[in-house]
Amino acid sequence: MAEQVEQRHLVLILARSFASRLATPVWLVDAEGTVIYFNEAAEAVLARRFIEGPGMPASEWSTMFTPLDERGNLVPYERLPLGIAISEGRADHQDLDIKGADGVDRRIGVTAFPLFAHPGECLGALAIFWERPESA
Amino acid sequence: MRIRIWGSRGSIASPGLDTVRYGGNTSCVEVCLLDNSRLLLDAGTGARPLGIELMRDLPARIDLLLTHLHVDHVEGLGAFEPIWSPGIELHVWGPPSPVASLNERIATYFSPPLFPVHLSEVPASTVFHDATDRPWSIGSATVCSEPIMHQGQTVGYRIEDSDGAVLTYLTDHEPALASDLTTLPGEWISGFGLAAGADVLIHDCQYTPEEYRERVGFGHSSTEHAAAFAERTGVGRLVMFHHDPLHTDDALEAMRADVLERWKVEPERCLLAAEGTELHT
Repeated sequence: MAEQVEQRHLVLILARSFASRLATPVWLVDAEGTVIYFNEAAEAVLARRFIEGPGMPASEWSTMFTPLDERGNLVPYERLPLGIAISEGRADHQDLDIKGADGVDRRIGVTAFPLFAHPGECLGALAIFWERPESA
Repeated sequence: MRIRIWGSRGSIASPGLDTVRYGGNTSCVEVCLLDNSRLLLDAGTGARPLGIELMRDLPARIDLLLTHLHVDHVEGLGAFEPIWSPGIELHVWGPPSPVASLNERIATYFSPPLFPVHLSEVPASTVFHDATDRPWSIGSATVCSEPIMHQGQTVGYRIEDSDGAVLTYLTDHEPALASDLTTLPGEWISGFGLAAGADVLIHDCQYTPEEYRERVGFGHSSTEHAAAFAERTGVGRLVMFHHDPLHTDDALEAMRADVLERWKVEPERCLLAAEGTELHT
């Protein structure tokens, strides 16, 4: 019996494959901002395991880690690098303070960029991030 | 739906005594739909004998579905006799590119100095279409295409006729490069959605597992991958395709035995594409 699936676009399959081979933390979202994959290195920073499934919507993951800007203000999804990559179709970089699922505060740098298969067709976005040395 | 193989060799035509049983022509498959519409899948050197056959009762319209523009998939176009007939309407579908139209990219090959005539000079009426992610109709069939894992812009096709028969064509496909075919959910495997539950899957099977280890990233699959992909997608029949030009008929038969060893199904569900093979669904 065949599995019935809604196929991911090849660009997203390649992005996941690329991310899975990197030692740098990577976070992959679809065009709605739903996180559909993060790699083992990201698991270590976020203190959360990736589980196969329908994914976590932006409204959930964007608050789960309480991302704060340098003034200590909560950054809404739309102003996070991934939100900007999706909504504005451009790359963005920010330094953020987050709280991992283990309750530990971490300072991270995040760079996100949109994934276009064709001009005008944004399939999702990829964020790479890393712990900054001044982390608590 | 009637499916006939006119060329199943990969990379370069390989005529000779060692390839007589399965043939040496490069990729070309003819599909005749319920309403008698005629589709061609790729235009490798197998398009030359197919063109001769079609001239006996030339249809007014032919649809050519190109998976990609590597030479072994387009080199037969100039020798495809119907394009030299002014009465024919040839619709060419192929992967979209952000930098040049399908017409322009084919013309790179189909023009001097690589070919004596410009594509724009052929007598047939040619219409070029991007094969997009949205399904479209050709005759009695619905056609879907998706980008698949191979070097450069490459698509696979799923053709569903009005009686529900499904043919999936995934030549030049290396899904294992990005995904573990045995553990990852199907949504993360290249070509999975196109192939799921197809009656007939024509799939790349160029290498033995030992050969594949030396050719990772070349864009092709091994017997191990073809078997795993067929099993996961639950297809009715697998047609092993894109034979390596260095493989003799005997070598291909050993590869089929290897696939059957891995994909434990009735032998008639696993075929080696051979010139002249005709399948009905």
